[in-house]
Amino acid sequence: MSDKPHVRLEILSNPLYLCGARELVSAVAKRLSFDEMACCQIALAVDEALCNVIRHGYNRQSDRPIWLSLYPEGPADRPDVLRIVIEDEAKQVEPDVIKSRDLEDVRPGGLGVHIIKEVMDEVRYEKRGEAGMRLTMSKKVVVSSGTDAGAPSASCTGCHHG
Amino acid sequence: MSIDIQIEKRETAIVVSPRGDLDMSRSPALRNSLRSAQGDKPKTLIVNLASVEYMDSSGLATLVEAMKNAKNNSTKLVLCAMNQKVKALFEIARLHNYFNIVSSLDDAVGA
Repeated sequence: MSDKPHVRLEILSNPLYLCGARELVSAVAKRLSFDEMACCQIALAVDEALCNVIRHGYNRQSDRPIWLSLYPEGPADRPDVLRIVIEDEAKQVEPDVIKSRDLEDVRPGGLGVHIIKEVMDEVRYEKRGEAGMRLTMSKKVVVSSGTDAGAPSASCTGCHHG
Repeated sequence: MSIDIQIEKRETAIVVSPRGDLDMSRSPALRNSLRSAQGDKPKTLIVNLASVEYMDSSGLATLVEAMKNAKNNSTKLVLCAMNQKVKALFEIARLHNYFNIVSSLDDAVGA
């Protein structure tokens, strides 16, 4: 496992930039041979994680930093796992309290952690030194016989402007 | 960030048609449009998702809130024409059975 991210993005905690983060992650995932639905799910997990930082960590302040790092892992010539690390300088919480809520209680909000855990293979929250939190999540490529992974595609960007 | 939202009447229904991605930056605009549309207490409120390519949990939250308001007003809320990625989100969130979801706007008008 490389310590150096292949891609590292610093964005402000402004929802305006969620789209750009989704585009980046989805495009990298596509090049790593994830199928279209997996690309979209990975972009969704990143979106939800960033929203949680903005909403709960920074209390919707729009000028605080968030770092997004991507680590392709596996064989050097064909990585088959994408590890994503999201870090912030927001208030720290005990990782154990970050849980999915009861979905039987249908109400607006509170679905982000559930969605992240549903679509990613591994999810881990931890405190980041003296300030902020770190979320590490990963997903492995599932090879199917019908995949067209690697082929050029205009879709699977996770972000479309109407 | 603004989002293009069309609102029109179809028979006894009001049809709200957002266009673009429904994420944290754009869901508030849809929430305002739905609240405005629900102010008239229509018999049926249709949310046409044909031009929504992407939705996250903030979009879901907006629609859950609209559903709760609709139940309070005895309005029938119908979601229509969502793509496979958006449909998958409803399934992940276990909300696909909570809403009345149909495949097309015509089906929604006739629902």
